[in-house]
Parts: sequence; C-alpha cells; structure tokens
Amino acid sequence: MTATSLTSTQGAGRTGDKVFSGATLAAGCLILAVLFGVALFLVVQAIPALTAPADKIQGGQGFFAYIWPIVVGTLIAAVIALVIATPIAIGVALFISHFAPRGLASGLGYVVDLLAAIPSVVYGAWGAAFLAREISPAYGWLAGNMGWLPIFEGPASATGKTILTAGIVLAVMVLPIITSLSREIFLQAPKLHEEAALALGATRWEMIKMAVLPFARPGIISAVMLGLGRALGETMAVALVLSSGALTASLIQSGNQTIAAEIALNFPEASGIKVSTLIAAGLVLFVITLAVNMIARWVITRHKEFSGAN
Amino acid sequence: MSKRIDVKDLNVYYGDFLAVEDVSINIEAKSVTAFIGPSGCGKSTFLRTLNRMHEVIPGARVEGEVLLDGDNLYGPGVDPVTVRSQIGMVFQRPNPFPTMSIRDNVLAGVKLNNKKISKGEADVLVERSLKGANLWNEVKDRLDKPGSGLSGGQQQRLCIARAIAVEPQVILMDEPCSALDPISTLAIEDLINELKDQYTVVIVTHNMQQAARVSDKTAFFNIAGTGKPGKLIEYGDTHTIFSNPVQKATEDYVSGRFG
Repeated sequence: MTATSLTSTQGAGRTGDKVFSGATLAAGCLILAVLFGVALFLVVQAIPALTAPADKIQGGQGFFAYIWPIVVGTLIAAVIALVIATPIAIGVALFISHFAPRGLASGLGYVVDLLAAIPSVVYGAWGAAFLAREISPAYGWLAGNMGWLPIFEGPASATGKTILTAGIVLAVMVLPIITSLSREIFLQAPKLHEEAALALGATRWEMIKMAVLPFARPGIISAVMLGLGRALGETMAVALVLSSGALTASLIQSGNQTIAAEIALNFPEASGIKVSTLIAAGLVLFVITLAVNMIARWVITRHKEFSGAN
Repeated sequence: MSKRIDVKDLNVYYGDFLAVEDVSINIEAKSVTAFIGPSGCGKSTFLRTLNRMHEVIPGARVEGEVLLDGDNLYGPGVDPVTVRSQIGMVFQRPNPFPTMSIRDNVLAGVKLNNKKISKGEADVLVERSLKGANLWNEVKDRLDKPGSGLSGGQQQRLCIARAIAVEPQVILMDEPCSALDPISTLAIEDLINELKDQYTVVIVTHNMQQAARVSDKTAFFNIAGTGKPGKLIEYGDTHTIFSNPVQKATEDYVSGRFG
C-alpha cells in the first residue's frame, strides 16, 4: 500500500513539468541554431569574395584592402559614440538613482526610456537635416584652433556630414541603453554598504565612489558593451548622416564609412561577387561584435574575487 | 579621545509618524551604554539619531538637541558628514566593502575627504586598528585579500577596525552580534570591554545577558502598542536595571515576564 503510493505518479503535474522543460529546452536550442545558421550563411556566402582574385573586388586590391578602412571607420564612429555617451549616461543614471527627488527621478527615467523608442531613421533624419547644419560652425572653430591635432585637421566640412556628427547621433541613440541599465544596477547597490560608507563620514559622492560604483562596475561594462553593439551595428542613422568617402584621420572632414552603412547603401544594386563582398563585410562585423562581447566577459570575470558575489 | 553625549527632549519622526518620543539621556564618556527593549520600540532609530544616520531614510527628522560635549549635532551649519566622522557606527550585519581588500577596508574612512597618507603611516594605522579590533593575528598574512572572504565574526571585527581607524569620539553599535555565533559574539564582547578604555560606546542589543555583561549603564525602551511612539522608560546603572529596577515594565522585561 505504502509502496504503491510512493511509486504512483500524479499524471497531470508530471505532464506539465515535461512540457515546460521541453519548451525551455527547445527555446534554448533555437537560439543556438539561429546563431549557428547565421554564422554558417555568412561564411558560405563570403567565401567567394575571400578567395576571389584581388582585381575582382571593389577597389581592385583585394578584400583586405577593401574592408580595413570601413572596419576602422566603424570603430571610430562607435568609439566617438561611447566616449560621449558613457559619462553622460552614468551621470544621468546616478542622478536618477541617488540624487534626484523621487518624483523627478521616475519622470526622468521615463523620458530616457522614451529616447530608446525613437526609430533610428528618425535619428538619422534629425542628424542629417538639423544637427549637421547646426554643428558645422563648431567644426570650423575646431579646425581653426585645434587643427594641429590630426583628428581636427581642416578644412572642416561645410555641410557638417562628418564621422563626428554620425558619432554624436550614435551617442544619443546608445545613451538610453547605457542609462537605463546603469540605473538598474545603481539601484541594486546594497544599502548595507552605502550606510557603511556614510557612517564613516563619506559625502554622498564619496559614498557613491566607495559603495555604488565598485559594485556596479561589471554592470556598467555590460551596459557599455550593449551600447557598443548597437553603435557598431547601427545602419540607418549613419547612412543618412555621413557623407562617406575614403578613410581619413580627421573627424571633421567628410569621409570614412562604417560597415553597416556600406552594406545598406550598396546591397540593393549589388550582384555576383559584390554581394559576396558585402556579406563578407557583414561577417567581419559579426566577428568584431563577438570579440567585443568576449572581451567584456573576460574583463568582468577577471575581478570576480572582489565583486559582491561572494 | 572620547566625548560624552547629552540628549535633551528628542522626538524622532518618520514623516508625520512620531517614532520616538521625548528622550532625554546623558551618556558618559569612556563607558559602555546599552539600549535594550522589545523590537520596534525605537532603540535603533534613536541610536541612529546620535550620528544623524537616520537622515538616510527619506522623511526621517528629529526635534530636540543632541550635544556632543556641549556641541549640538543638530545646530545650524552642522554638517552630518563631520558628525559621522566623529561618531562611528557598526551595523547589525557585517558590511565590509566587498570590492576592497582587508587593508583598504581599514583605510576606507581615513582616505575620505582626499586626506593624503603615506604608505608607512598607513601600514602603522592598519596594524594598530586591526590590533585594536583583535583581528591582526588572524589576517596579517592576507591583508590584500578581499574582506568578504572572512568569517562573519571576523568581518564584524573588520568593521570595528574600520570604525576606530578614523579615531572617532564615540562608537555606536546597532545589534553588532545578532548575526554572529556565540564564539564570535564573545570575541566582540571582549573587544567592547577594551574599547571603553578609549571610546564612548553605545550598543543596542536584543540580548539581555549581553547588556548585563558588557555595559556600565543600561537604558530600557518600550512601546505602549503598535503605532504608538517608543519611549525611554528607565535609565541607570546596569546592575540596578537588572537587579532592582524602579519601573514595573523594566522588571517585567528583564525578568522575561514581558507581554
């Protein structure tokens, strides 16, 4: 009697368990399958371009000569975006989480989230039609006064459609991502450690340096990397804002190009080896993003011993 | 290096709610004073008003005076940051900074306000503070390891070392042993006995034996009922409070006949 009551199964509950675990397993496998499928597609389609004779590739000097200027252009635009967006995002997030009165904080958080809801083509149109025009006098000033720096070498673009403008637009686009993730992390900083700092006679800023930022560091890195992912892959805004051209060191002249914009602008009219070249460019972008994410993970785990986890 | 605290007619509010009503108490320098009482009677809240840590909680405010050797903590122009650097605090749960090494934890308060300190001075201070907290022998070979790797009792002593490294006038302890095992508790109690040679110590505890063991004077707080403010019922020599209290409520509480 007792033996049967232990071995008998309650049919309904068991079935639910099996369905649920099967569904989650399938979802997990699907992600891997999609990722693998995309990677496979990119590699297979890119092979013709990678193996083609140099003179068949656009520019006539082989795939490497074609790809590296736009890789550098992509990185420049993304770095500009992060250099501008990260401090502002962390500042805004700290203000919302630790400085603003409660009413203002939630309103401001909502507005920042709203920034993320604006379609990228709108940012592109705003950057091309408004920001570029308004900012070109500043470029003129930079060329005149800071022109000895290679990155501000003149003559400045009269239209303002430069890689710097594209970077600024990208900064506005990644700002809400970094802000809202950082804010969530800052809010999770343990009260215990905040009070420990305050009780030692820390000012609010010192408390943040002691208790909040160290705790939030891995989270900030993740947030910045997510922002970087968006900045690297952003297509529409760059395609609209940037007046593209050959790789140049100066950020305030027209020129440079990013991988994503290059693909978007050329793909519709491409055929044959050109398509393969663009897909190979996509593969390179995929690898860059993957590398960025792996480096981010490595940075985060390197300091695990001193994180709040143990 | 220790000062007395005199509290005059202190009321503590959370918003409109009166949490602690009309407390007047004189805490002697270089002594251990224990606050006892049932949960929710406002003893921790009151303790926090002694170094303005209650201000961390939104809506908390006080009326009345807290005098540190005659200087009002709530006087105009008094900076809570300065107050807290003079009156240190040890919390219920050990809270060393997890991202810092043991050494950096001890130096955390000293490095505030951009104070410069040479490596030699820092070494001396770290050793003195950790010895003062009876922790030096256990950690001297791993000062660069994270503080969060220590046991609970060691972490709490690290927190005490961190508090005394800034050389405060007063040390407040909010149930410092409630998360610790009996052996660690004993270590902390021994330490409290040594600390009173140099510091004024105020300790909140739920453990009446602990109050009897460590304190010179004891204050009993009580609350008339839920939603009513906490009050100071009786304050006197620990021996008197536990053997021959004046108030009936005190006697009921210390003899376990409470409620």
